[in-house]
Amino acid sequence: MSGDAAKPVRVRRKVRVVSRRRRRVENTLVAYSFIAPNFLGFAVFTLGPILFAFALAFMHWDGSNPIKFAGLDNFWRLFEDRAFIAAFWNTIVYTVVSVPLTLACALGLAMLLNQKIVGRDFFRTAMFFPYVASLVAVAVVWNMIFNPEMGPVNMLLYTLGLDPKDMPGWAADRHWAMVTVILFGVWKSMGYYMVIYLAGLQGINSELYEAAGLDGANAWQKFRHVTLPQLAPTTFFVTVMLTIQSFKVFDQVYMITQGGPGTSTLVLVYHIYNEAFISWDLGYSSMIALVLFFLVLAVTVIQFRRQKED
Amino acid sequence: MRKTKRRIDVSRIAVYVTIIAITIIMLLPFAWMLSASLKLSRDVFVFPIEWIPSQPRWENYTEIWTKIPLALFIYNTSKLTIIVTLLQLLTSSFAAYAFAKLRFPYKNTLFLGYIATIAMPWQVYMVPQFLLMREFDLNNTHLALICLQAFTAFGVFLMRQFYMSIPDELCEAARIDGMNEYQIWAKIMLPLSKPALSTLTIFTFVTTWNDFLGPMIYLTKTELKTIQIGLRMFISQYSAEYGLIMAASVVALIPVLIVFLSLQRFFVEGVASSGLKG
Repeated sequence: MSGDAAKPVRVRRKVRVVSRRRRRVENTLVAYSFIAPNFLGFAVFTLGPILFAFALAFMHWDGSNPIKFAGLDNFWRLFEDRAFIAAFWNTIVYTVVSVPLTLACALGLAMLLNQKIVGRDFFRTAMFFPYVASLVAVAVVWNMIFNPEMGPVNMLLYTLGLDPKDMPGWAADRHWAMVTVILFGVWKSMGYYMVIYLAGLQGINSELYEAAGLDGANAWQKFRHVTLPQLAPTTFFVTVMLTIQSFKVFDQVYMITQGGPGTSTLVLVYHIYNEAFISWDLGYSSMIALVLFFLVLAVTVIQFRRQKED
Repeated sequence: MRKTKRRIDVSRIAVYVTIIAITIIMLLPFAWMLSASLKLSRDVFVFPIEWIPSQPRWENYTEIWTKIPLALFIYNTSKLTIIVTLLQLLTSSFAAYAFAKLRFPYKNTLFLGYIATIAMPWQVYMVPQFLLMREFDLNNTHLALICLQAFTAFGVFLMRQFYMSIPDELCEAARIDGMNEYQIWAKIMLPLSKPALSTLTIFTFVTTWNDFLGPMIYLTKTELKTIQIGLRMFISQYSAEYGLIMAASVVALIPVLIVFLSLQRFFVEGVASSGLKG
């Protein structure tokens, strides 16, 4: 009797275990079906090529003849390549100047436009617009406005009494070409980082300002001791993003100076592009890409460390 | 009392003056572009600048359509942009739902795969990607650019961050009501994620519409070209036709302006809620 009673219970438990397992398998399949469409595309067109890029850096290949193993040949070549060394330093200069400049402008704009003012949405949109505007279109305007002989900027400087001999040649002048590219970059991207700062500012608890006000803090002290520390995570994010973007700079250089005059605005990605699609030296171009990757990685890791210390 | 009020007024005036001055600097190139697009090429550089041309040359805007196949370029770009944006929104929000709300083996590993590539410059792997496309015989096709841009780690990350902020209880309640996961995604998550979807739409639309390096590498046939490389081609062919170049540039800017203005009210909210600020 007791054996009969125990039997159905055991069976039911077994059924439950089976159905639970089946449900878990089902759940997993459902989850994978959600991920699959994106992940398949991502794996084939992004992950795969990334792994291949790392391998290619240690090969000789022109894209049609058989691939040959190169060991560290491509790596040693970097040190003898004048253009690479120029591109490396130009990229560093671009980053070191444009990152703090863009950051400061973006924060300043966000502070101005976080106040209650008439037409605030219009002003925000206006600041952001250069970021979404077509690069080809704005670069050609930029080149015309900064045209050394006829452009309105130099005409204005001339009217203000600057000697034509001292006039900056902007994109055509090896001393001013980098300045022109940097100014363009700051103008184009600061609106985007302003939006990120605006989001950060809106997350600050207004009680903190009230408390600081009660303690007799003036506007600058409030900024220095409430706003800046509260914005630290935003600033961290903006710095990392900006640095990565600066290391990757290409399009605007291509449009404004084509890397010249000479090598004065040649940057790493420009060199990668030239080596790959002009010289068809795919292994060497991947080695330069690898350098770029480690630069980005190093900066990101250093920033993360510094943020942790704070 | 009166004195402090006046001081506040002075500082407010200073704020307005600063903002207006900066806005003018930001928009000046666009104003100049618009003004030059209505001038004869030889009048473009006349100084002092005549902001509103006394005899606007509207012909510039009709002439550009005959000089280059501008309509075709716009059609190509629109096609690419719309397909990429739709695929991106669909597949990212789909994958993000699983990463945010479901439990399954290797979830963290897979997500790490996405995260690790966010900081990876596209230029690092653009060469192998090009070779892969050549292997698939996709060079000089729009499909190459679609595959390239539709499945980004950024999209999945952005949508996932947003879904994380939606309470799990909402999904639980829907499951008890007998909805399956696909229904929850379609009927609950999607309608709630308008700000994130708008942000992703703006980003994807703008990046695809304005992309230059991608089309330059993949599309060499004129009939496949996009507006950006078409414009670039036009600039090098008619380098002295300043009025026409400016008119074509204005035309290239308009679609982005429309999309941006119609979605921008979601934008700040979207950036804030998707944790893009870190």
